[in-house]
Parts: sequence; structure tokens; C-alpha cells
Amino acid sequence: MTSGSALWDLFAVFAPLSFLTVGGGQSVVADIHRQAVESYGWMTDAQFLDIFALSRITPGPGSLLVTLVGWQVRGVLGALVASFAIFVPSTVLVYTLARVWQRYNGRLWIRAIETGLTPVAAGMILAASCTILRAAEGGAWAWGVAILSTALLLRTRISPFILLGGGALIFLVALR
Amino acid sequence: VRPSLTSPASTALSEAPGLAQIFSAFAKIGLTSFGGGLSGWMMLEFVQVRRWLSETEFLSGLALAQAFPGVNVVNLSIWIGFRLRGGRGALVAALGMIIPPVLTAMLLAALFSELAHAPTVHIMLAGIAAAAVGLSLQMGLRAAWRAATGTMPILIIVITFAAIFIAGLPLIWVVGAMAPLSVLLAYLRLRRQGDAS
Repeated sequence: MTSGSALWDLFAVFAPLSFLTVGGGQSVVADIHRQAVESYGWMTDAQFLDIFALSRITPGPGSLLVTLVGWQVRGVLGALVASFAIFVPSTVLVYTLARVWQRYNGRLWIRAIETGLTPVAAGMILAASCTILRAAEGGAWAWGVAILSTALLLRTRISPFILLGGGALIFLVALR
Repeated sequence: VRPSLTSPASTALSEAPGLAQIFSAFAKIGLTSFGGGLSGWMMLEFVQVRRWLSETEFLSGLALAQAFPGVNVVNLSIWIGFRLRGGRGALVAALGMIIPPVLTAMLLAALFSELAHAPTVHIMLAGIAAAAVGLSLQMGLRAAWRAATGTMPILIIVITFAAIFIAGLPLIWVVGAMAPLSVLLAYLRLRRQGDAS
């Protein structure tokens, strides 16, 4: 594979996903995993999970997973191309829609789009979470930590920082 | 006269900030946010502390940012920036939200590749990943709870989930089929409710 075609592949994979990202960027994780590991063979399952974990300890808008996949494939240039592909297309779309939205705010079809996208987004986000867990190392420990952290987030106002640190600690004690 | 929290002066919006101010404010939020809950933080910073826009303006922007494709935090940045300084404000706000974290991620990746073969680091990252799934899982559960208003929305949630997770179909097919269907159903339902009331 030439370097030019690797960069094009990154763009071709992530630019369409830019339009499919709904919510915090978690909805496309399952598809990024499918393409990066199975379709293109850019990395192994273990490498993907390392990158996923790294993207979660990096501050910022949740889609930095894509930046890191680009980095893995083609270094700095790959990271820049992948970031451009995931952020710019949807950004241009939303900017255009923001102007339309201001004009037609409150109309029936606008409310229908808002209402109609919610269940689709919910299904996507849940599928993405389960896909990650299916591929996760640690087996039952991974499911246990994930369920515990979900319950704490639903029931308390705990800082996500403490949860991530706690997950690292539990794995360190249980699996080392 | 000492200003108090209830005086009209304190609820008035401050002057629209310059482009450099917009960039640094968004960069600060981008760089200090971990895990989630970002929109609450943005509301505190831009509505309560800096008074750049009203709560109503912010909340309508939040609804828009969540309804449309794209990372909702970036969408919200575009909306707020657009309100503050038009097209250039939107550009600067989005860049402030994206560029510093992208550079941080690249720096971490560069440092991390040195550590990748250390088994301790690997196990800790696996633990962080498992805990981080909780962040998206609770978001998905909250979204599902909010969306599950009737039989059809529940069916859409279940079919979308099963098509991606169990059948392993490409996301673009699933969304391409489910999103228009779901929006159409929502349209019909809203119109019926409109007729009824």
C-alpha cells in the first residue's frame, strides 16, 4: 500500500462517519472498530483497545479516537487527515443547518427530526458500548467494571476521572 | 451601589467578546474536559460566568447540537460562536474546541508508543477502557429512556441495536434505513397529536 492511498483510505472511512456521529461520538465506535480491525487490518483488537483507552483519558470532544487511529496508520499526517475527515464535513453541514434552523424554528418537521433521531441514536450508542465490551480484555472483569461505572454514573454525581482511575486500579489488582 | 445577584444589571449580557477571547474560552473547556458532562460546563461558563448569551439561546443551541450529526460539543461550539461573532466566531469556536485536544492526543500517542510494551500500562489502559464504557452506556440508557415514549420508538431502539451489535451490519446501512423511517413516524405522530389538541 502506498502512503498516498493509506491517507485516502483514512479520509474515505472517516468522512462518511462524520455525518453518522450523533451525540458524543460514541455512536460510531463500533463501525470504526469494524473498519480499522476487520476491513482494513490497520491494527489488532488489542491495539484498538489501547487506542480507545487513550482517547478516553485525553480531554476534549470524544472523537479523538479517530485522530489516534490516523496516527497509528500514518503518523502525524495520518492523524491530521483523519481529524479533518471526522470533524469538517459535519461541521459544514451543521453551520448551514444552524442558519436554516433559526428561520424555521418550532415547525412540525423540525420537531419530527429531533424526536425521530433520538431512538436511533440510543440504539447506536448502546450497540457501540456492547461492541467495545465484547472485544475487551479482562472478560467478566471488564463487564463488571463497566456495569459498576454505569450504575455509579446513573445514581451519583461522581467525577468520571475517579471512575477511570478506579477501573485502572481494579484491573491492576485483579489481573496483574 | 453594590451590584447584587438580583439586580437587572447582573442579568444583562456582557459585550460580545473578540475572536481571540472566543478561541481561548473554547480551548480552555476543550482542554480541561474529561469523559463527558461538557454541555453543563459550557452553560456555566458562557451563560452564568461570562454572560455571553442567555440561557434560552444556549438551550435552543443545545437541542440543535444534539439533533444533528456531528460531535454535539463541536456542534454546540459552532452554534455559540455563530451567535457571538457570525461565521468567523463559529470557525474560531470550533477550532478552539478541536485543535488543542487533537494536539494533546497526538502528544500522548507519541509518548504512549514508548510505554506500549509495559504490561502494567496495558492492564491499566484496559481497566480505563472498561470504566469508560460506563460513560457511553449510561448515556445510551438515558437516551433510550428519553426516547422510549411508545411502541414504535422502542422497536426502533431494539432493531437499531440488534442490526449493529448482533447482525454486525455496517452503520451506514442501519442509519440510512432507520433514521428516515423514525423521523417519518415521529412526523406522523406529532401531526396526529397536533390534530388532537
